[in-house]
Amino acid sequence: MNNIKRIKVGMASCGLAAGAQEIYDILSADLGDKLEGTGCIGMCFREPLIEIEFTDGRNLTIGDVDPERARLLAEKLTTEIPEEWIIYDTASKEFAKQPYFSKQHKIALRNSGIINPESIEEYLEKDGYEGLKKALKMPGDDLCQLILDSGLRGRGGAGFPTGLKWKFARRSQNDQKYIICNADEGDPGAFMDRSLLEGDPHAVLEGMVIGGCAIGATMGYIYVRAEYPLAIERLEKALIQAREKCFIGKNIFGSSFDFDLEIKKGAGAFVCGEETALMHSIEGDRGMPTLKPPFPAESGLWGKPSNINNVETLANIPWIVFYGADKYAAIGTEDSKGTKVFALTGKVKYSGTVEVPMGSTLREIIFDISGGIKNDKQFKAVQIGGPSGGCLPESLLDTVVEYKALNATGAIMGSGGMVVMDEETCMVDVAKYFLNFTVEESCGKCTFCRIGTRRMYEILDRISRGEGKMSDLDELEKLGHQVKNGSLCGLGQTAPNPVITSLKYFRDEYVAHIEGKKCPAGVCKELILFTIDEEKCTGCTLCARNCPVDAISGEVKKLHLIDQEACIKCGKCYDVCRFDAVIKE
Amino acid sequence: MIQMLEELKPMLAKYKGERGVLIPVLQDIQEKYKYIPPDSVAVISKELRIPVTKINGVITFYAQFRSEPVGKYIVRICNGTACFVNNSESISDTLKEALKIDVDETTEDKLFTLEKVACLGCCSLAPVIMINDKVFGKLDSTKVKKIIEKYKKEQPDE
Repeated sequence: MNNIKRIKVGMASCGLAAGAQEIYDILSADLGDKLEGTGCIGMCFREPLIEIEFTDGRNLTIGDVDPERARLLAEKLTTEIPEEWIIYDTASKEFAKQPYFSKQHKIALRNSGIINPESIEEYLEKDGYEGLKKALKMPGDDLCQLILDSGLRGRGGAGFPTGLKWKFARRSQNDQKYIICNADEGDPGAFMDRSLLEGDPHAVLEGMVIGGCAIGATMGYIYVRAEYPLAIERLEKALIQAREKCFIGKNIFGSSFDFDLEIKKGAGAFVCGEETALMHSIEGDRGMPTLKPPFPAESGLWGKPSNINNVETLANIPWIVFYGADKYAAIGTEDSKGTKVFALTGKVKYSGTVEVPMGSTLREIIFDISGGIKNDKQFKAVQIGGPSGGCLPESLLDTVVEYKALNATGAIMGSGGMVVMDEETCMVDVAKYFLNFTVEESCGKCTFCRIGTRRMYEILDRISRGEGKMSDLDELEKLGHQVKNGSLCGLGQTAPNPVITSLKYFRDEYVAHIEGKKCPAGVCKELILFTIDEEKCTGCTLCARNCPVDAISGEVKKLHLIDQEACIKCGKCYDVCRFDAVIKE
Repeated sequence: MIQMLEELKPMLAKYKGERGVLIPVLQDIQEKYKYIPPDSVAVISKELRIPVTKINGVITFYAQFRSEPVGKYIVRICNGTACFVNNSESISDTLKEALKIDVDETTEDKLFTLEKVACLGCCSLAPVIMINDKVFGKLDSTKVKKIIEKYKKEQPDE
C-alpha cells in the first residue's frame, strides 16, 4: 500500500453515468487520502476506469470496475491485480505497441484523464499557464504570426486558419474587443468538447487569455451548452482558481494586460453554433444568424470586434505557444497540421475519444484504434461531421483525415463526431434522421432551409414507407442543391450533405426501397415482415408475453403465429426469442 | 401576478441595468419553477423593461424553455446519432408504453414528463436516458421498464 502514490477515478460524464461515483465511494473508505477524480481517460467503452500511480513511476489502468471489482481492488492493492483487468501498464512494453495507444498523438487532450481537472496545481505541474507567460512577453503581431505559422485551423469544422482570424480581429481598431469560446457542441454523436472541458478546463481558459492578448481583447465569453452541467461546474471552478492566481484579472503576470471572462449557458439551439447566431444569443436574443459581412472581426458582439474559436482550437493554443509553431507544424499533412480529436461511437468496438495526427486514415481510426465493428458484423458506413457531414462507404476508408481530402468526398471534417454504422443500419433511415434534426433545428430565417429541408424529409419519409418513386431521387438532389445555395448560414448550407452523400454512395439502397419495396437493413418498419419459423419455435410463449399489442397467439409448447394485421413491427419478439425462431425480412 | 412579483423581485434585482440578461433570467426562473409561468413574463417585462413579445420570442426559440408545468421526474430520451443507431426508437416506444404518455406530455399523477433531447453527450453508453440529473446507459426495453417501476414506487435509489 505504501508504494502507491495516487489512485485516480475517471469522473467525466460517461464515467459517472457508468457508476464512477459509487466506485469512488467504495475506494475512499480504504484509500481516501490517495484517491482523486480525473477527467475523461478516453476509453469510454471500459468505464468505469481507474488508474493507479505507483511511487516508482509505474502506472496501471484498470477497466470495467464494478462495485465488486472495486471492493476486491481495495483488498488486492497490496498483492496482485488480475491480468485481465489491466488495460494499460507502463511497466510493460506490450501495451504501448497496441494500435490504440501507438497510433494516437495527444496534444489537445494532453492532460485529460491524467490530471485532476479541479486542481490548478496539477495543471501548473504540466507546464500550465507557461504558454501565457511566454505570450505576454511577445508583441501581439508576433503571437498571431506564430499561430498562423503553426498551421492550426479552426477545429469547429470550417477549418479557417486560426492565426489569420486573429490577425483580422487584431487589425480592427476599437476601445473594446471580445474573444469568445464556442462550446455549444451541438452535433448529435459528438462529445470531444465535453471531454476536454471536463478533463482539462484550464487549457481552454489559458488559450482564451492568450487569444485575448493576441487580438487585444480584454473580455472573454465561454458559450457552453446547458446540457453539459459537469463541464460548466468545472469551468466555474477553474475560473475561480485562475482568478485567485491572477492568471485572469488585472495585471496578469505583472504585465499591463487585463483580461476577464464570463461563462454563458446556452439554452438548447443547434443553430447557436453558428458564430453570428451565438453572439445574438449572448446578447439575449433569439439565436438567428445574420448576413456576413460585416464579419465578427469588424462588428460582432454588441457591435464590437469579436473573435470566436472552438474549444479544441483553444486547447491547442497554450501548447503551440509553449513548444513553438514548428513543433506543431511538424505533425500532420501539407494541408492540415497538428492533430484532431474524434468521438467514436455507434457500432464500433471501442467507443470513446481519440486524438490522431492529421493524415491518419479513416481505416486506422475505425479498425486499428477503435477495434472495428462490434459483434463481428460488416462495416457499412461512417458518418463524419454530424448533420453537416456525410456518410462514407468502405471504399473510401483509406481517405486521410485532413480538410481537403475529406471535403473532396462530400463529407466534411466537422467538429469530430464519427458514428460508425454496420449492416443493420439503413442509410435511408439515417438520412431521414439527420434531415429531421435540421428541420427541427432550422431557425426559420431562410425559406430554403425552413421549407426545403421539410420537403426533403417528406420525400425520404415516403421512400422509407415504400411509397417512393424513382424521380424522387432526382428531386432530392435538386432540392439539396437549392437548400445549399439558398441558405445564409452553415446549418442550411450543409444540411443536405447527409442525403447527398448517401445518395452518391448508397444509391442501391434507395432503389431497393423504391423498386423492390424492401429495406435491406431491416429497419424501415413499413417494409419489413416478422414471421415465426415452424421448425425452430418451441412454444415457450416468451414472444407472446412481450408483444405490446397482443398480436402473437399460440399455446404453450405449440407453434406461435403473428397476426400481420395487428403487428406494429416493434421487433420485441425478434429481440426476446432465445431460439432465433422469429424471422425478420 | 402580485405574488409572482414579490417572489421574483429579489432574483431580478441583480440583473437590473445589465445587458444580455434575458436568457440567464429565464434559466433562473425555470430552475425555480421547472417551467416559465405565464405570470412571470409580465413581471420580467415590467422589472427589466423588456417587451413581452421579445420575451415570448426567446422562450419559444430555445428548446430548453418550457411553458407548461412538468412532473416530478423529467425523463429525457437521448436522440443523438449514437443512440439512434443503437435503437433508441425502441427505448422511446417502451417509455411511451410504460408511462402511457407521448413525448412532451406529463402523466396524470404529475410524476413523469417525457422529453426527447438532441444529444446528452454520453454516446459511448448508447442508448441513454436521463431522469432528472441521473444518466442511465446501455439500455434495452427490459432495463427501461425496471427503472421506471423503481421511480413509480418513488424509491429510485434502492
